[in-house]
Amino acid sequence: MAQIVVVDYGMGNLRSVAKAVEHVAPDQSVIISSDANEIANADRVVFPGQGAARDCMRELEDRELTQVVLNAAKEKPFLGICMGMQVLLNHSEENEGIECLGLYAGNVRFFGNDLKDEQNEKLKIPHMGWNNVDQTIDHPLWQNINNNSRFYFVHSYYIDPEDKSLVAATCDYGINFVSAIAKDNVFAVQCHPEKSAQDGLQLLKNFTLWNGA
Amino acid sequence: MSLAKRIIPCLDVKNGRVVKGVQFVDIRDAGDPVEVARRYDREGADEITFLDITASSDDRETIVHVVEKVAEQVFIPLTVGGGIREVKDVRRMLNAGADKVAINTAAVFNPEFVKEASERVGSQCIVVAIDAKKVSADGEKNRWEIFTHGGRKPTGIDAIEWAVKMADFGAGEILLTSMDRDGTKIGFDLELTAAISDAVNVPVIASGGVGNLDHLVDGVTKGKADAVLAASIFHFAEYSVEEAKRHMASKGIEVRL
Repeated sequence: MAQIVVVDYGMGNLRSVAKAVEHVAPDQSVIISSDANEIANADRVVFPGQGAARDCMRELEDRELTQVVLNAAKEKPFLGICMGMQVLLNHSEENEGIECLGLYAGNVRFFGNDLKDEQNEKLKIPHMGWNNVDQTIDHPLWQNINNNSRFYFVHSYYIDPEDKSLVAATCDYGINFVSAIAKDNVFAVQCHPEKSAQDGLQLLKNFTLWNGA
Repeated sequence: MSLAKRIIPCLDVKNGRVVKGVQFVDIRDAGDPVEVARRYDREGADEITFLDITASSDDRETIVHVVEKVAEQVFIPLTVGGGIREVKDVRRMLNAGADKVAINTAAVFNPEFVKEASERVGSQCIVVAIDAKKVSADGEKNRWEIFTHGGRKPTGIDAIEWAVKMADFGAGEILLTSMDRDGTKIGFDLELTAAISDAVNVPVIASGGVGNLDHLVDGVTKGKADAVLAASIFHFAEYSVEEAKRHMASKGIEVRL
């Protein structure tokens, strides 16, 4: 039975992520693990995350998971979610500047406290709720999901990768920001597919069927 | 295209059962929070809030199991409030599958708790619930005060100042209930809602007083709320969540349909 590992580094709603993946992949085994061997031996890896960048990086290092997560991101179908996407870049502005995993060149930036919409109305931070995701490329993970479907977001920082060919989707919130990236066996999203009703479940299902190519 | 305004049905749960009577013809057990949550999810609710009104703390474990069961079947954000007093309560709810916890009374008695909780689990998980009541007389400049114990005990704390302080302390969202309007079905206190929404930079959920779908519209357009919460209009199947959303959309409000 194929095994999907949800990486446990003490950050975030792991159980929700695991339950949602189980829901769409009843014929695969889904485990929550912080064991390097289990992550290394997984067929697919889900890398979730919530909270602050500093805490995420510290927890990964304390559990000695940095290298095994980076290896997984080079080897097998890998899905980053929210903070699990942000820390793939090399630097975050959060917590006065945090060095991250550095898989991709680029920064994680703060929306700012004076964000305005097109009508010049104040936009709240965090960006919390359901927003349209504009798919900028064709990808197996977008299969059966209409372009501009709404997904659930909750974040105050967004990624700004240097290599624009990574961009798989964008989203508008005062600015147009990158809401998904894709490269080789890695797909990562800013939204929470595990909390995004049918379209979110479809994305997770697509991931459980994806061979990473 | 932009961020949708959210509609949040709220369920009062006591000893693991939905109270305030839910009347749906298509639900086998209207007291079962899982069945009710599934129904709201099918209708397109953007989130669901559970308010645990269990009196005894010994019975609090029940809500944890409720959240676990709902989170296995309902894949939208879940907020749990009631009896959240320590970081371990926060963690227990999040581990059970809640996405956010609402802190109410404990924040009033110990504001530092909000700071501590948001530092530990992130602001995105921390909702501060504010129960406010108008204390200014007619003709005077509006003033609202925080009340505890279901609106019975005044605290002397100004509601707007309190909301600003709670956002500074790390609240990721404010759940604002007008105790004057709660249960009245005459609509939100729009002046209160707009005043708080203008004062803070975090999202504000309007609550208390919804009796019809125009009230939801007003909450967003006049109250400047980012989300609207209602209980009875959905429980008694006067309106479905979907009807509410279609009505809001017809008034030009962005919603998730």
